[in-house]
Amino acid sequence: MGSEPEPGCALRPFAVEQGLLSRPDGSAAFVQGDTSVLAGVYGPAEVRSSRESPERAALDVLLRPKVGLPGVLERSREQMVRRACEAALLGELHPRSSVTLVLQVVSDAGSLLSCCLNAACLALLDAGLPLRSLFCGVTCALAPDGAVALDPSARQEKEARAVLTFAFESTEKRLLLSTTRGACSAKEVEYVRDVHGTSV
Amino acid sequence: MAASGLSAEVDVGQVVLPGDVLLLPAAPNADGERLRLGPSSAPRGRLLCGPGLRRCAAGLLVTKCGLLRHRPPAGAGTGGGAYWVDSQQKRYVPVKGDPIIGIVTAKAGDIFKVDVGGSEQASLSYLAFEGATKRNRPNVQVGDLVYGQFIVANKDMEPEMVCIDSSGRANGMGIIGHEGLLFKVSLGLIRKLLAPNCEIIQELGQLYPFEIVLGMNGRIWDPREVISTPQDWIHQQSGLLHLFVALSPNLGTGAFL
Repeated sequence: MGSEPEPGCALRPFAVEQGLLSRPDGSAAFVQGDTSVLAGVYGPAEVRSSRESPERAALDVLLRPKVGLPGVLERSREQMVRRACEAALLGELHPRSSVTLVLQVVSDAGSLLSCCLNAACLALLDAGLPLRSLFCGVTCALAPDGAVALDPSARQEKEARAVLTFAFESTEKRLLLSTTRGACSAKEVEYVRDVHGTSV
Repeated sequence: MAASGLSAEVDVGQVVLPGDVLLLPAAPNADGERLRLGPSSAPRGRLLCGPGLRRCAAGLLVTKCGLLRHRPPAGAGTGGGAYWVDSQQKRYVPVKGDPIIGIVTAKAGDIFKVDVGGSEQASLSYLAFEGATKRNRPNVQVGDLVYGQFIVANKDMEPEMVCIDSSGRANGMGIIGHEGLLFKVSLGLIRKLLAPNCEIIQELGQLYPFEIVLGMNGRIWDPREVISTPQDWIHQQSGLLHLFVALSPNLGTGAFL
């Protein structure tokens, strides 16, 4: 925890409700400011033979936008969330089964990917699936003048020079995922990751 | 949240989260390598690592969210015993020896396929019923409910269940009636109902005599309930669940969802 948050470096208020859906094995709704994502987990469940693995559970992530059909952006985010979840999930305890994570965007007001990661973690926890550690996601926006805004709103993201999203695991605060959009130097990425990421 | 690296004994009864590491009590005698004579050389109790925990280099790694439980060892040995995490879950994972209620979904030659709520259907041999022989086949139809236990439950293999005990007797297992009501509750509630001296069952039994079958896979079958309309079904299900919650003031209501 940082002692004195810099201006713009406080998280928006966040809230979570777990187990709110009756059909999935685990569910969570995560709200970060005006951004809201609903996550449902099914598993360990029966697996299609094409996806079956004798080594570990097959994890599928489906990201549903608020309106319309999932496109290329959703596909790329699905893969990012899947890799972060695979790092935390002890899939080798449930071989030859599948775990399906469905993320429904309820409203997008910035920092959507980090909200998806947080909702995914809490839904996996609610489902009682074995996890190595918990994880969280955090988004930062770099303004043109170099100022850093943590957990940016949609307007801050639009005005930003670069938007960076990181995921950290809970035990040793190691990095699980790092993705950037826009132009920024490697030094800036390291600065934001080390100073702002670890203070979350 | 328990800080990682706390002693397992201190954390018993506390909420633990995935990633927490529980340190085990150190060996009672520092000179463990040396051979000791006399009554003090009782062997150290064996440590059992139950659901929600895994062994790691530092001690026990928590993999599920819930309350840490501990059962001291039966003998006089110090340390050891069984540790596990009491967590809420909806999806069943087969465990050897668990009594479960299954639904027959297919007949394939000598075996039946049974839906037990896990990731895979269990197999049930037609010979695994009391008194069944090659000539005398049990009358099992698709859609029947069977009460049995797992003899093979392994993460790498198809689970196999039987409706007889080790001496070949039914012992209450087998096909359960064609009437009655089957409903699902969380796995945590089933564990509480099956615990010895369960308050809910005792209080319910004082109100009126009843008979229910509890499966560790979260299924409850009530043979007395006769269902004629869907409205009855919904009414009865919520009524029974509310009864369970209302009769258990000391058990915490949040655990029932």
